[in-house]
Amino acid sequence: MYKPNDLVLRTTTSLIAFILLGFAIYLLLAGHNSPGGGFVGGLLTSGAILLMYMAYGMEVVKKIIPINFTLLIPIGLSFAVGTGLGSFIFNVPFLSQTFGYFHLPIFGEIELATAMIFDIGVYFTVVGVMMTIILTIANDQ
Amino acid sequence: MIFAVLIPLIIACFIPLLSKLKEKIHTGIFVLFVPLSIFLYFVQFLGRDFNPIRHTYNWIPSLGINFDFYLDGLSLLFALLISGIGALVVLYSIFYLSKQERLGSFYVYLLMFMTAMLGVVLSDNIFVLYTFWELTSISSFLLIGYWHFKERSRYGALKSMLITIFGGLSMFGGFILLWVVTGTTSIQEMINQVDVILDSSYLPLILGFILLGAFTKSAQFPFHIWLPDAMEAPTPVSAYLHSATMVKAGLFLIARFSPIFSGSEWFFIVVSLVGITTLCWGSYMAVRQTDLKAILAFSTISQLGMIMAMLGFGTTAAVFAAIFHILNHATFKGSLFMVAGIIDHETGTRDIRKLGGLITFLPITATLALFGTFSMAGVPLPFLNGFYSKELFFDATLHLDSTTFLAQAIPYLAVFGSIFTFVYSMYFFFGVFTGPKQLDKLPKKPHEAPIGMLLSPIVLVAGVILIGLFPNIVNAPFLLHAAQAVNPDVEFHKVAFWHGFNTPLKMSLIVVAIGIILFVTRKKWSKVYTILPGKLSLNKVYDQIVEKLDVISGAITRSYMTGSLKNYMSIILASTLIVSFVFMFITNGFTLEYDYLADVTILEVSVVIIMIIAAVATIFTNHNIAAILVLGVVGYGVAILFVVYRAPDIALTQFVIETVTVALFLLCFYHLPKLRKSTDSARTKMTNLFISVGFGALMTMVAISAHSSNWFESISDYFVETSYKLGGGHNIVNVILVDMRGLDTLFEIAVLGIAALAIIGLIKLKKDKGAQ
Repeated sequence: MYKPNDLVLRTTTSLIAFILLGFAIYLLLAGHNSPGGGFVGGLLTSGAILLMYMAYGMEVVKKIIPINFTLLIPIGLSFAVGTGLGSFIFNVPFLSQTFGYFHLPIFGEIELATAMIFDIGVYFTVVGVMMTIILTIANDQ
Repeated sequence: MIFAVLIPLIIACFIPLLSKLKEKIHTGIFVLFVPLSIFLYFVQFLGRDFNPIRHTYNWIPSLGINFDFYLDGLSLLFALLISGIGALVVLYSIFYLSKQERLGSFYVYLLMFMTAMLGVVLSDNIFVLYTFWELTSISSFLLIGYWHFKERSRYGALKSMLITIFGGLSMFGGFILLWVVTGTTSIQEMINQVDVILDSSYLPLILGFILLGAFTKSAQFPFHIWLPDAMEAPTPVSAYLHSATMVKAGLFLIARFSPIFSGSEWFFIVVSLVGITTLCWGSYMAVRQTDLKAILAFSTISQLGMIMAMLGFGTTAAVFAAIFHILNHATFKGSLFMVAGIIDHETGTRDIRKLGGLITFLPITATLALFGTFSMAGVPLPFLNGFYSKELFFDATLHLDSTTFLAQAIPYLAVFGSIFTFVYSMYFFFGVFTGPKQLDKLPKKPHEAPIGMLLSPIVLVAGVILIGLFPNIVNAPFLLHAAQAVNPDVEFHKVAFWHGFNTPLKMSLIVVAIGIILFVTRKKWSKVYTILPGKLSLNKVYDQIVEKLDVISGAITRSYMTGSLKNYMSIILASTLIVSFVFMFITNGFTLEYDYLADVTILEVSVVIIMIIAAVATIFTNHNIAAILVLGVVGYGVAILFVVYRAPDIALTQFVIETVTVALFLLCFYHLPKLRKSTDSARTKMTNLFISVGFGALMTMVAISAHSSNWFESISDYFVETSYKLGGGHNIVNVILVDMRGLDTLFEIAVLGIAALAIIGLIKLKKDKGAQ
């Protein structure tokens, strides 16, 4: 059986995919102060995984990233709803966000916002949704 | 009083239980006590100085809808008729219906009807009256369709239902208007506000709607057609509903509202005209029938027309005659239906052409029929109550308040109708009981009916003779109050057999003379019926309407419910287009303002030109992959525009989304068939072109107008100012998305999640081909 030898694709992929993943994480974390956010970050992450999938095939990707992407959807939604429900503890309306400045051992002075948790929820959901849709359609015969 | 009305309904709840015993005891025996006790309850109100009684039971006080029962002479007359004849009919049905029938259902329907009818005549509240009114229609529908395995029964039941509910609904409309005009739901209070109603601009509508309700219920021309078909019901039902009670509900309504409407000239014209037309047409058509019950049905129609006409005249003499005839008609028509039932029961047929010479087999029945038919014909004999009311009727036609042409013609029409009444009455009696015996044509060997079956008609015929001999017994304590409820000016009026040789008597003699001639020679002139009604039968009109409604509504639905999504889309877009353009035109909504416009740059123009080219190219591409890619150009163009307009977040998202969707499209189109050349006709294409160009133009105009009318300050300044102070972020878009308007985002990701799950469901869970 004819099997293509796409060496160039695979080699560049292993480089580009990690750059992409890194960029995606940057977008997610930097979203509060510069362009980016959970949505674009999530899209880009799924783009990176998709690239790996295209270069190496389903089996390999499943071995390296043993995640059930569909499960990410409820996890992400729980994060998002959880930040909303959390505001009830402080007796404020649903989805009230707050932020503060903290001094952490390695990072030094840093701003942490509860909106970040919400954004992470968005991130997980988007990754879950994109991967679910694409893999489901692509694997359908 | 509420118990008197509701007892039948309460007992009806127990009938299914009692009907289990029907092998041992006929269910009717239990039922018999209900109308009997109600009758005895109402008898106690009879008396010379009877004052109206009012009882109120709250139902929906906030809307003014309560069980207001009002018992005056008119209600009392009807309540006694309903319960009295009800008792006789139940007695008759015990012998008429065998124990193999579904007795439980029969008596439940009958008791339901009894409650409904008592409610109609006793209600003072228009909305409660309407409630009971519809209940009579429903229970009558159930009773007509009692033998539901017969096709004719179902046809008759449906017909009566459609016509009476049509009238009932229009009456409801009239009631609502009355309520709007007067602000009260009580009929008696409305009577106090006669002037308000008569001055109201709604009067024609109120009158028309309420009269329509009364005419359909009382089988007046041209709505009489349901009554002959309702004869498919068991005979006790025909006797009770379609001669004595339900068909008189319309008369009751007219009588009840007479004090209000009699001030209107139109009331006189419409009610008299319809009544007299019904009288003539019904009696004319009755002669043609060959089925005993059909003769009686048309006879009922004609007699109801006569009463209706008298109520329309509205003079004191006419109102008294109408009330008198309501009572008389109930006695002789009830007995005649029962006689027809006996003949059917004992010979197995109701076809008058097969019957003849039965007087030797059924002597008692023949005697009863003799009194019934002669009273119906108004034969001048001093022991027949029909004669008195007919004399009063003739008298009333001669003394009308009005001087219109109609008033001049009415006496002649009355005589014309009465001649035919005489003919069919004679035909009914002599056709069945005299003439040659045709025993070989009869399914059963005839013999006299059991005494139980004869009991009820005997009581009714006794009523005929009793009222005939002593007309003033019922007059003073009973009918006078009823007539005064319709027209307060009615005074005590002694009814006597001999008034001298006056005009009404001459009219009666003319009727008898011509009637005898016509009856004897009827074979020679019965060809007339092939000319009229011939093709003009109203049943054909009804059938056509019902059939055409089906056909036309089917055609209309099929014309737009094509199942083609393309068509639905065109309809949705075209209607949006038309509505929006018309609205924009009416409100003069289009505005064009140059003040808020920014300068245009070369970059923007070139990107837009590329996008336009790509968009146009998409339409003309015949290859699907090419179409997707060209469409992608538009998407990237939008992303570039976002960059130009300094929206980095959106631009980023747009780039990635565009890429992913193009990839997805490619994945999907791999499975889809190739694009085909459009096979639409040129006309469809032109329509589509017109709609799409129009829609684009519309959206452009809306956008321009919206942009040109800047009515409020934007709230964006608030976000710019507070983004860092309240949200702790410099990226305003992101702060809005996750903090200020976080709920939207929450549900948008929920939408994404649902979409993903739906795709899993769609693809993974699809059934194998061929699997059920």
